Amino acid sequence: MSTPTTPSTPSRREFLKTGAVVTGGLVIAFTVPAARRFARAERAPAGPFAPNAFLRVGSDDSVTVLLAHSEMGQGIWTALPMLIAEELDADWSRIRVEHAPAAPAYGHTAFQMQMTGGSTSTWTEFDRYRLAGATARAMLVAAAAQRLGVSPADCQTQNGMVIAGSKRMRYGELADAAAKLPVPKTVPLKDPKDWKLIGKPTRRLDTPEKITGRAQFGIDVQFDGLLTAVVARPPVFGAKVKSFDAAAAKAVMGVRQVVQVPTGVAVVADHFWAAKLGRDALKVDWDLGPSAGLDSTALREQFRKLAGVKGAPVPKGADVAPAPPEVRELATTKAASAAQAGNVADALDRAAKTIEAEYAVPYLAHAPMEPLNATVRISGAKCEIWTGTQFQTMDQQVAAQITGLKPEQVEIHTTFLGGGFGRRATPTSDFVSEAVHVAKAAKAPVKTVWTREDDVRGGYYRPAFLHRVRIGLGDDGMPAAWQHVMVGQSIMAGSPFESMMVKNGVDATSVEGVADSPYLKDIRNHRVDLHSPKTGIPVLWWRSVGHSYNGFVMESLVDELALAAGKDPVEYRRALLKGHPRHLAALNLAAEKAGWGTPVRKGRGRGIAVHESFGSYVAQVAEVSVEKNAIRVHRVVCAIDCGVAVNPDGVRAQMESGIAFGLGAALYSELTLKDGRVQQSNFHDYRVLRLDEMPVVEVHIVPSTEKMGGAGEPGTPPIAPAVANAVAALTGQRLRELPLRFPSTA
Amino acid sequence: MKLTVNGVERDVNAPSDMPLLWVLRDLLGLTGTKFGCGIAQCGACTVHLDGAPKRSCVTPVSAAAGKKITTIEGLSKDGSHPVQRAWAELDVVQCGYCQSGQIMSAAALLAKKSDPSDADIDAAMSGNICRCGTYQRIRAAVHRAAGQGATA
Repeated sequence: MSTPTTPSTPSRREFLKTGAVVTGGLVIAFTVPAARRFARAERAPAGPFAPNAFLRVGSDDSVTVLLAHSEMGQGIWTALPMLIAEELDADWSRIRVEHAPAAPAYGHTAFQMQMTGGSTSTWTEFDRYRLAGATARAMLVAAAAQRLGVSPADCQTQNGMVIAGSKRMRYGELADAAAKLPVPKTVPLKDPKDWKLIGKPTRRLDTPEKITGRAQFGIDVQFDGLLTAVVARPPVFGAKVKSFDAAAAKAVMGVRQVVQVPTGVAVVADHFWAAKLGRDALKVDWDLGPSAGLDSTALREQFRKLAGVKGAPVPKGADVAPAPPEVRELATTKAASAAQAGNVADALDRAAKTIEAEYAVPYLAHAPMEPLNATVRISGAKCEIWTGTQFQTMDQQVAAQITGLKPEQVEIHTTFLGGGFGRRATPTSDFVSEAVHVAKAAKAPVKTVWTREDDVRGGYYRPAFLHRVRIGLGDDGMPAAWQHVMVGQSIMAGSPFESMMVKNGVDATSVEGVADSPYLKDIRNHRVDLHSPKTGIPVLWWRSVGHSYNGFVMESLVDELALAAGKDPVEYRRALLKGHPRHLAALNLAAEKAGWGTPVRKGRGRGIAVHESFGSYVAQVAEVSVEKNAIRVHRVVCAIDCGVAVNPDGVRAQMESGIAFGLGAALYSELTLKDGRVQQSNFHDYRVLRLDEMPVVEVHIVPSTEKMGGAGEPGTPPIAPAVANAVAALTGQRLRELPLRFPSTA
Repeated sequence: MKLTVNGVERDVNAPSDMPLLWVLRDLLGLTGTKFGCGIAQCGACTVHLDGAPKRSCVTPVSAAAGKKITTIEGLSKDGSHPVQRAWAELDVVQCGYCQSGQIMSAAALLAKKSDPSDADIDAAMSGNICRCGTYQRIRAAVHRAAGQGATA
């Protein structure tokens, strides 16, 4: 059951990184990545580098925590060390943090591969990191007990010291001795009532580097001999290079080489500016291929037809919404069933009142602030990669394939990520594999850097979706039948995750938040059908994935139902969610803190939404005004139940962040295509939220000992519907498309 | 060409129209100043020229010659500028990539207006994009830094 890892030869960089700090010391390592119960500690190896270490106690009293996940803003640089420090009773001021190298030991405890995503880092590491801390503590105590001639039971630990009566020993003094002791088979973890750090607002450990410009992101990597490349990529997805003329590019001062790679033509230069000028001067003749006619407006029309021609009733029976002939090439004509109970058609016929609605959301780019980049050095039997990535294992395998090396010969140095939001986790390792191709073709170490335009136009978008819904209300105003058809591209189809995530034609991420909605569960007659057309536009998870649009649709719909039933939106949700206590707790807390039911300021409207995603339950109340058809969000009150909040201030920050990210998309962001070309290019036409548009956000954490959930993503889904519902309350107008726009300005 | 960067005179061999951003980053190794958009739309590349905030991604290096260039590395020796201290106290940063630019914009604002209103902050800081959405804390931190006398 164990997968032993072979310690690799420490690279120069690691010696530099750790040699000065750790000479011997205690290293707590795990050799079984996917099964935390079988974790075991190992003695410090001869060298200072342990490829499976989670924690090193240095003789200088430093405690170095190795992160199996990537810090991209979400705060695990602080939250995961808190778990170790809690059990270790470490001196918090002596904690250092490093990204772990790419190695099997750092596999995700749920997904095996080394990765960061799905708002999983803290809850999936809650046991492994606490165990690492507790194991180190037990060994340090044993060493102190031996040294002092006392029983371990007579020793206490506190602030990086073992205390026995009047004697105190620092962990640094004990580290070497502790490393020679047998590793305890089991170690107890603290009772939550004894936690000193977990649950306490704790300042970020990465702040000092990030406020002084010292923090190293992928784009900041520099070393002697490193060249920079900018790549000319297809103007249309799937286009191929027919030929290119490099003369003008090569005439740019500083340009060294022009090389073709599978994704386009790379201009390799002494620095970015020369590479960019060279790329601009390059002449490439493209074979545009089948996507040259792509048009997002026409695509939506085709999605609409797949969902059932507007105005016509959705056909009864198995073949929901057969596609008209002109869109057959887009999709299978038969929808896949994502959820089904009772007999929706009959129940709709019997309904006292029927509501029919169409919702739509656009393609979206992630647009992290740090443009994509990766630095690659291939030398002999080694390929080194420096990049901010969410997907180390995938990158390692892809780089191994390209270079003909074994995965363990590919060293990945994870830097800080200048934002991820899902974009730095591509199943194709797109930006890393391209950089490996460039370095290989150039036969030199190269940093491949994307421009903002490259990023906005480079694909891997949040998929556009269209929903068509018919809901029948009973005499009591409550939903009795719910028929839901969704049309949009599958993220998982064609990826290595297809077999796990696509079942019976349904990509679980396409329908998450709808097919498993607590509202639907309690409605006896419901069905959810999914069309997953293929379009040639590369799609990818975007912060909160399917929930990013399904939360909007479901929480807007429930609001529509409440209004149709003449009921208060909070009361209506309480009635629907009576069997769902965690939804209710978040809903009630947000409503109470927002003053729901009290008069709202003149000219403003309030809206609420509650949505579960990634194991956390989040409710938000938005307060908006509308002036000259422009929506302004003044205040958002947010309540979250994520179980134990390891760092409550970190959870608050993630709610603020998720709201800002979602609000930009709710009000502004939209990616469109015409003649196969993406029409937006940079922040002037791909609009995201700016400071003067940021509402006051208040976050309240539900005191909870329930199962832990995530924090990075769950703040995003409720904001768009909360705002749309507030707009409806204020103006009477129901906006069913994102970004939210009044018809006259659309 | 001679440049004065963070109080030190530096010799650079660069075409006169090369953006200051890339001179700082790729020729002088000062990577604290960030590339975000290349067209003065995001503010990640903000530096001070004679104390005034400038988007270095659209500033030709020739325009910086003869001026005092201050980057995030030169704002303080040890992160002790009142704006940096306020940033730390309120835990503003998340991914951190935009924060050099945010801090440089805030420091320039406070040097000009010792006690900025929310409207002043809107005007001075809305050109700096943060995709992590740290805006609420940025606003609070600017106010806090003002309270601590960030006009130095």
